[in-house]
Amino acid sequence: MSDVTAHPSAGWARWQRSWWYHAVLYARTWRGSVISTAVFPLLFLAAMGVGVGHLVSQHAGRVQGLSYLDFIAPGLLATTAMQIGEGESTWSVLGAVKWQRTYHAAISTPLEPEDVLLGKLSWVGTRALATGVIYTVIIGLFGALHSWWALSLPLVATLIALAFAAPLVAWTCTLENEGALITFYRFAIVPMFLFSATFYPVSAYPGYLRPLVQLAPLYHGVALARAGADGHGSLGALSAHVAVLGVMAVAGLLWGRHTLRRRLVN
Amino acid sequence: MSVEDLVVEARGLVKRFGAFEAVHGIDVEVRRGESFGFLGPNGAGKTSTMRMISAVSTPSQGTLRILGLDPATHGPTIRARLGVVPQEDTLELELSVRVNLEIYGRYFDLPWSEVKERTRELLEFVQLSERANSKVDDLSGGMKRRLTIARALINRPELLILDEPTTGLDPQARHLLWDRLYRLKREGVTLIITTHYMDEAEQLCDRLVVMDQGSIVAQGAPSELIEQHSTREVVELRFAQDEHEPLRASLEGFASRVEVLPDRILLYVNDGDEVVGQLGRAGVNPASTLVRRSSLEDVFLRLTGRTLVE
Ligand SMILES: Nc1ncnc2c1ncn2[C@@H]1O[C@H](COP(=O)(O)OP(=O)(O)OP(=O)(O)O)[C@@H](O)[C@H]1O
Ligand SMILES: [Mg+2]
Repeated sequence: MSDVTAHPSAGWARWQRSWWYHAVLYARTWRGSVISTAVFPLLFLAAMGVGVGHLVSQHAGRVQGLSYLDFIAPGLLATTAMQIGEGESTWSVLGAVKWQRTYHAAISTPLEPEDVLLGKLSWVGTRALATGVIYTVIIGLFGALHSWWALSLPLVATLIALAFAAPLVAWTCTLENEGALITFYRFAIVPMFLFSATFYPVSAYPGYLRPLVQLAPLYHGVALARAGADGHGSLGALSAHVAVLGVMAVAGLLWGRHTLRRRLVN
Repeated sequence: MSVEDLVVEARGLVKRFGAFEAVHGIDVEVRRGESFGFLGPNGAGKTSTMRMISAVSTPSQGTLRILGLDPATHGPTIRARLGVVPQEDTLELELSVRVNLEIYGRYFDLPWSEVKERTRELLEFVQLSERANSKVDDLSGGMKRRLTIARALINRPELLILDEPTTGLDPQARHLLWDRLYRLKREGVTLIITTHYMDEAEQLCDRLVVMDQGSIVAQGAPSELIEQHSTREVVELRFAQDEHEPLRASLEGFASRVEVLPDRILLYVNDGDEVVGQLGRAGVNPASTLVRRSSLEDVFLRLTGRTLVE
């Protein structure tokens, strides 16, 4: 009964097959999300950028030399990238290794745990990149892009998403139940969303709190996105932001190789 | 027998989970083209063994070769040629029946046209064509099981590993599956099956092992096992009185083994009718007697005990 079978012919690398699975799962289960990906930033920028921006310009004038719209638009892109990274890497991963065990199914085929991990993360990267393109276009339509460096914004979004996704996938693979995920969302993601100098500059905090804010990975993502939109920034500071996010992504990947294998193969 | 004829060859296979040892150094050989069974009570270590044989879980100790290859170094190559039906369905509940199969076909890197074609064939094979577009979440348990079985066949495996494939199936679906498994076997597919249904094991398995608490306690063809571990026939006696134990002594002379159960007494004998005659002449008057052939169930219960040991 085995003729073609054993030997692959279409020639996809194993991790690409897992990427395809994640893409199909997203496309078939989140039809609504594709539309809201475009509608949400429109509403947000209209309300916050134009509405609150009007208020800000009446009282404070400019924020760090930028109009309020210019200031928060890159922050929106960065927080959205974080949410993609977080959203793809927690509940759905716990489901795949614990409840539905679809990752167990995947490794009963030629795929190895590493392929599943790469498939997942490459999908997160793809989604963040595509979302980054849509957001960049919309931010541009609002007139909040001032440099050709803005072309790098989709890549910034990808980097931010992976910086969150890689360690979170790794960590989720070690969990027995969802309790820790709920706690993590409340006490890490939500505060980071609120306090990472997204909606107001870090100078709003007293000096002793600033280093704390700068510990937040999202802070570095927001800073990078703002520099991309605006075209200004020192090479040193930008390299540091990229390094923080890059190290998170790479360390998360290495850690995840270990935890996912342990979880699936034991 | 040459080495290539051994589809699975395990020596001293051990599986530990932390300090707990689930499989205690078992030896198993499965030949090409046969159907091989693992029987054993809950917790015996069947699933742990099946997962090692599926080249998914790493043995803690011992040597294992699957299709002549070492799973530690050739996992993907081996798995490309296996079909696995895990004990618990691991389907994507949010996706349709068809897409579940397509994704799996993709995992094996089959060309798209081939995936489409096989998906159609397999849905027919397990009689799910009409539900092709239903979300898996909406299927009944038995339908999910059939889908899992179809999924295991998408790569046309040489070796099909089924962990309790018929648990949860209705009698029609069970017989449908048996029929399908015979067909696969005729086509040369090697089958490894675990089951808790002794009639199924007797029907399907050329050879089997009985596992208990991580070890193999017996092995052979079903008929050999019956011969070795039971008598040819069993006489089942029911009495009007509730207390059966006092009767044991008076019956022991008639059978090679007497087993007292709460509702009946079993006499293990070679010729049931003759023993029934002897009992009548000796003045033993049960309320009912039944003579039947020994079955694998008798062997199983004898070897693994009647009480639940958890
Ligand atoms: N991942 C695991 N971690 C810890 N213990 C485990 C794990 N998997 C199985 N065990 C233990 O190993 C033993 C054997 O389990 P296994 O699932 O192999 O039994 P089984 O023969 O398939 O039983 P059943 O008929 O109930 O399916 C059990 O005591 C079980 O609790
Ligand atoms: Mg089991």
